[in-house]
Amino acid sequence: MSMYKKERTPISHQALFVEKPAHPEDIGGSVSVKINGKDLIVPMGTTILEACRMMGYHVPTLCHHEDLCIAGVCRVCVVEVDGMKPLQASCSFPIMAPISIKTSSPKVRKARQNVIDLLISEHKGECYSCVRNNNCELQSLSKEYGVESYPYGHRTETKHKIDNTSYSIVREMDKCVHCLRCVRTCIDLQEVGVLEAVGRGDETHVGTFMEKMMSDVVCINCGQCINRCPTGALHANDPRDMIWEAIDNPQKHVIIQTAPSPRAAIGEEFGLEPGTSLTGEMNTAMRKIGFDRVFDTNFAADLTILEEGTELLLRLYKKLVLNDENVQVPQFTSCCPGWVKFVEHFYPEIIPNLSTTKSPQQMFGAVLKTYYSEKSGIKPEDIVTVAVMPCSAKKYECNRPEMNSSGYKDIDFGLTTRELAQMIRESGIYLPELEKSEFDDPFGDASGAGLIFGATGGVMEAALRTVLELVTGKKIENLFENMDIKEVRGFEGIKTLQIPVTEVGEVPEILKHLVPDWNWLKGATIKVAVAHGTANAKKIIKNIKEGGEFAGYHFIEVMACPGGCIGGGGQPIPTNEKIRSQRAKAIYSEEKILNERKSHDNPKIKKIYSEFLTEGPCGHLSHKLLHTHYTVRGREFVN
Amino acid sequence: MTEKIRKRDGLIIFSEYEKFSGLKKALSLSQDDILFELKSSNLKGRGGAGFPISTKWMLTAAAQSSEKYVVCNADEGEPGTFKDRVLLKEMPYLIFEGMIIAGYTIGAKKGIVYLRGEYNYLVNPLNEFLDEMKNENLLGENILGKDFSFEIEIFSGHGAYVCGEETALLESLEGQRGEARNRPPFPVNRGYKGFPTTVNNVESLSTVPHIIMKGGSWYSQFGTEKSKGTKLISVSGDCEKPGVYEIEWGTSIYDLLELVKAENTKAVQVGGASGVCVNKSQFDRTIAYEDLSTGGSIMIFNESRNMLAILKNFMEFFVEESCGQCTPCRIGNQKLLAFVEKIIQNEQTFSELNKIKELAETMKIASKCGLGQSSPNPFLSILENFKEEIFDSNSRGKYEHV
Ligand SMILES: Cc1cc2nc3c(=O)[nH]c(=O)nc-3n(C[C@H](O)[C@H](O)[C@H](O)COP(=O)(O)O)c2cc1C
Ligand code: SF4
Repeated sequence: MSMYKKERTPISHQALFVEKPAHPEDIGGSVSVKINGKDLIVPMGTTILEACRMMGYHVPTLCHHEDLCIAGVCRVCVVEVDGMKPLQASCSFPIMAPISIKTSSPKVRKARQNVIDLLISEHKGECYSCVRNNNCELQSLSKEYGVESYPYGHRTETKHKIDNTSYSIVREMDKCVHCLRCVRTCIDLQEVGVLEAVGRGDETHVGTFMEKMMSDVVCINCGQCINRCPTGALHANDPRDMIWEAIDNPQKHVIIQTAPSPRAAIGEEFGLEPGTSLTGEMNTAMRKIGFDRVFDTNFAADLTILEEGTELLLRLYKKLVLNDENVQVPQFTSCCPGWVKFVEHFYPEIIPNLSTTKSPQQMFGAVLKTYYSEKSGIKPEDIVTVAVMPCSAKKYECNRPEMNSSGYKDIDFGLTTRELAQMIRESGIYLPELEKSEFDDPFGDASGAGLIFGATGGVMEAALRTVLELVTGKKIENLFENMDIKEVRGFEGIKTLQIPVTEVGEVPEILKHLVPDWNWLKGATIKVAVAHGTANAKKIIKNIKEGGEFAGYHFIEVMACPGGCIGGGGQPIPTNEKIRSQRAKAIYSEEKILNERKSHDNPKIKKIYSEFLTEGPCGHLSHKLLHTHYTVRGREFVN
Repeated sequence: MTEKIRKRDGLIIFSEYEKFSGLKKALSLSQDDILFELKSSNLKGRGGAGFPISTKWMLTAAAQSSEKYVVCNADEGEPGTFKDRVLLKEMPYLIFEGMIIAGYTIGAKKGIVYLRGEYNYLVNPLNEFLDEMKNENLLGENILGKDFSFEIEIFSGHGAYVCGEETALLESLEGQRGEARNRPPFPVNRGYKGFPTTVNNVESLSTVPHIIMKGGSWYSQFGTEKSKGTKLISVSGDCEKPGVYEIEWGTSIYDLLELVKAENTKAVQVGGASGVCVNKSQFDRTIAYEDLSTGGSIMIFNESRNMLAILKNFMEFFVEESCGQCTPCRIGNQKLLAFVEKIIQNEQTFSELNKIKELAETMKIASKCGLGQSSPNPFLSILENFKEEIFDSNSRGKYEHV
């Protein structure tokens, strides 16, 4: 059972939704349904749409999205139900008694045609200049229904100004078809509540709180709304032009780093099945495009694990041994900028629980413009750092004013998977057919621990592999078969794991100056939890505040996006649970065959601590370059 | 103005009635007896949709739930309707009795009156009346010593037309934006806060005590084959005696016009903005569910009126009052209005006319709620029944000022 199908907290706009029973069988067995003359037995409560799909009948949809609760507002999926005069929206009609349905009668086709014509009449469509050209659900519908003219007109005038004030998300409401997927994503799936339906009648539109611009609302930039928008009404703020400019400038040394998730998904942009990893091909493509260096963000992920893992051990030591009142446990991960901003807006009181460790993207930026700059002799002002991320929030993150610990803007541009695919297309490259190549040194061959950061639970698994080895002195493969910590994998909304520490080992060299011994951990049980999707994170925070079970936990991973980064707001569209699980599978199977699967064993990591960060994890230089601080922001507005 | 000349005599609702007698009798009956009487009365919903009251109550009674609700729909938003106001002002006991009997029958402990925002001035008197009922143990714990408790709350509505639609009303009650829900599930299974709820019109509820007193078969002697009993109608427009009347179902438009002293009548809009408009040749049609159905609004237009102007008015109303969630209603009404404006400019073509009629048909079957499903009614009926006036180039001259 996936996270969002579970009980929904009642929030505004419930008007739009029919709650489906979690287990249709609970409300009483099966029921027979006749679709286009053929019989089928389905569990009670199955929607007509689901039943049609089971039988292989295609019913077009627009406002429906597998991840979201049901709206039934676009009226594209209407079908004829015997004995009912009005047509019924198949997405929202639960079958509770035997019924007979026609999915494509003349009446149905005419109505759908009219509904589509109406949608098109209001949509300021300019397909050739739209980010979603060729991947637009309205475009597909118009093709499916053979739209050849505009019987009800076609809007060309501008009604809403384009809002590109946010670093992450651009809203072009003239392209909105009012499916309310973004509203349902923001309010129900993510429980953030920036977008809402406002106005009545012909004034109805999707707006923000008090019609503020996107830069001024409590948006966490997760971009989940973009992923679910059927048209080009929502898209990411695209820095391609500036990146091309940098590439074309011979003065500039343009570096691109790539996160683990884009490689597992970019193939979808080129028509491949979800779950096809194109790591090597992507490296080649980025070089062909003209990037001077292609680095693996997984290196920085390994670095994050050492810093964050050390921070965790230090926190526990200070709290449990030194009884330091100022130290807060559980420690929450901080590598997801959507989650960080969520905390800053809605739960500033838990900022002390957020790990101060920067995200891999930002760590890498600081390292590139210092360590790498020194090593390579290229001046930091000549280095342009681009980060390919599955994420729209990373664009905001790199523009946070404090992210300049190298003395320069640590990361210049955040680029989404979709935008990189676009650059590849523009370069005349067909990605799937390229030869493979490796990442550049000095940061190549990162560990598998960094790779699995892409899926929910990955950071936790990577951290545990390191922390448990550092503490027990034992090989992780003796604790978990094949090193796989299965308990923290998968798409359950909240996952937990409790690990008893029966024996402790010697404190390893790099941590010796921080803690004298591990004896205080002997006999303890390390409790960790993993949440994905901010709605699930909210549950954990509430539980902690009520003094519930999670208050006694030690380390909690949160990713703002459902599924973790593989389901990020910068990933190829569409997304749904099946696609996310295929991407996750790609990551885990690529990881399995790597030689090095623990962050602390990555030789490049050992090297950077011996050459550069010589005080070890959480040392002074680490603090300056690899750690950060947070800002209390308003609950309604940005401040 | 209308109050003074309002008729206050009628066959059933406006007939002699001893306050609370229906309630007292109902509480001595079994739930099955009550349902039986309602079934034999054939009382159908007076809010417009005409769903049998007995069936609605039976379904709510049968739904398994720890909590159930009775909601009285006093939103009375249909343009030209004011008959519920008369009941609220002058005979609140009938409404409350009806609600308590409903609660008793379906197993609910709480009733809510969703009162149209404009009727806010009635909140205090209604609450005072409820207090009196409590003092007399007609409300509250163990009503009249029976093992049955019930309370009633008055909720002040938010003033959008669509909030009269029962599921939008429930949303509004729950503090959400007034937007229609998907149906099914129907309120009888998942209503207020997700609990089984019966939503009934003021008039439907007010009829129940009379049926209890005099019996379902007595009630069903009035009216027509398919429309039993009487109907309160609010008559407005070009006539000498506008006001609220209790008429027997089956009354013809012709008789009605005579009753209210209307002369030179050109058109009658039956059922408010979302109803249909008939011309002279149709005045022998009757007010009945099976013919011209109405929630209570009758608007009379005499020869001096301009049908295009009237139609434009109706369509502007729907463009504004659509809740805006579903495509056919949100955009469709705008297109219908734009077409009316086109006719006014005399720029319409016949192929456009046919296409737009097809759109109106789509709106009727594909809209999510009754608003969008019925908003094409005035459009289609006025264009059809007054086509000479509207499209005849000879008579057009008169309307250029529109
Ligand atoms: C747009 C719209 C507005 C409505 N307004 C009212 C109203 O003001 N009062 C009312 O009683 N019913 C109204 N209804 C009908 C209700 O949805 C519902 O059918 C009724 O309250 C059921 O009660 P009844 O069965 O006693 O008629 C409206 C329906 C629609 C579609
Ligand atoms: S028909 Fe109109 S009022 Fe009803 S749900 Fe659709 S948009 Fe809202």
